[in-house]
This record gives sequence, C-alpha cells and structure tokens, in this order.
Amino acid sequence: MAPEENNTIAVDGQLVDLRNRHLAALLAWLIPGAGHLYQGRRTKGRLFFVCILSTWILGFALGGGHVVYASWQPGDKRWHYFLQAGVGAAALPALLQGYEMKRHTDPFTGETDRDYEPYWGGFMAPPFRPVMESEADEVAAWYARRGAGYEMGTWYTVIAGLLNILVIYDAYGGPLAVPISGRKREDEREEAAEKENRGPSD
Amino acid sequence: MLSISPTYLLYYVPLIIAISLVFGATRHEDTHLILRHAWLTGRWITGFMGVIFVVLCFLDWMT
Repeated sequence: MAPEENNTIAVDGQLVDLRNRHLAALLAWLIPGAGHLYQGRRTKGRLFFVCILSTWILGFALGGGHVVYASWQPGDKRWHYFLQAGVGAAALPALLQGYEMKRHTDPFTGETDRDYEPYWGGFMAPPFRPVMESEADEVAAWYARRGAGYEMGTWYTVIAGLLNILVIYDAYGGPLAVPISGRKREDEREEAAEKENRGPSD
Repeated sequence: MLSISPTYLLYYVPLIIAISLVFGATRHEDTHLILRHAWLTGRWITGFMGVIFVVLCFLDWMT
C-alpha cells in the first residue's frame, strides 16, 4: 500500500512514513517504542524501548516493587500513578489490584479485610487500609524498608512515564521542533563550516 | 557539606542518560543528530544542576 500523502513527513533529510498515526500512538503508549517499530523507525523504537523501560524497571526495583500502585483514598491519593501509567501495559496490573483492594475494603470503616490476599503476591497492589499520614501503616513500612530508594523509585517511574508521552507524540506527529536557539546555533556552525570549506575568497 | 552520601549522586547517571537520549530521539531521525542532541542536552542539564549545586553550597557556607 502506498504511503498516504499526509502521513509522510521529511525530517533531517529523511522521509518518514508515519503510517496509521493513531495506531502508532496507541502502540507507543502500550509498549514504549512499539509505535516506532510499527512505523519502521527501528533504531528509535529500540532506543525508546531500552531507555524508558529500563528507567521504569530500575525505579520499580529501587522502590522494592511498591512504588507503582493505583489508589485514590483519603490519606493515600497516589497522583504519581497518572504519570507512571504513561508507560502503558507495564503499569496496568496496578489498576486491577487497586480495584480489588477497594472491593475488599469496608467503605464505612475504611479498613481492608485482613484475610484478603492481593493477586501475584501483592505485585503493584496498594497498601492495606487505612493509610494515614504520620501513622505506622504499610506505606510507612515501605518507606522505612527502602529509605531513599522508595523516593527515587517513585521519581524514576514517574519520569519514565513522562518521557513516554514525548515518545507517543513523536510516533503520532514526528519529531518535535528543535528550539529556535538551537537552530540558530546550528545555522551559525554550518555557515562557519561553509566559509572554512570555501577558504579565503579574495 | 553534603547532607546525603555522595553515592546518592549515582542515581543521577542512568536518569540523565535516558532523558538525554529520549530528548534527542524525539527531535531528530538521524542517529548522528540524535546522539549529538543527547550529548548537548546532558551537558546542559548537568551544567544547570552544577550551577544550582554551587549556589546552594555557597549559601550554606555563608550561613
């Protein structure tokens, strides 16, 4: 099938066929780099896959596997998850765990059923309720166990999710524009190189 | 001078590599340009953080 006119862009002297850009963006969200592989931009696809997922996995490991969970309960509004979910499929188990935890928590007392065992040994499961600031709850235990690793793990996974938003944009619309200051400097360099190549004219 | 162990600074290394490469690759298609952009981004961010670090050290020394 011939590439559609609107979906072909020229960047750095190369023609790039973005193919079905909506599908590419969806794939890029689901698995970082997958949208680019679908578009045939293999080098970039592999680079995104390695950079983003390794950052995300490293953060997840630093935080002892407890930094990614979906929760919007009093005392535990995990807003970080919205950003961590930028990496797509890797963060989705947290939604199921969050839903199950909510189902096993009494809405009146706000306390989780003590007999409840989260799936997969608690992988991406929210903490048991109640979670209260400055109380010795499960979140406090995670912090105590991992120290700075818990904070760093949270930021690594958040940054990985944010980076993937750039990648999704790149899959959908092609590379972002280089800032004007960067372009100017590049033009100046090119001019200087051209002058050097020409040598003294008079 | 530092209130944390200097080994904590190692957390910065994988992060800056990933951020720089993704920044470069979301602005170019050519591999050479991607790497050059990544290098410049990494240098800029490190320099910026370095300046902040020096300013904070100076303020700490003043007090």
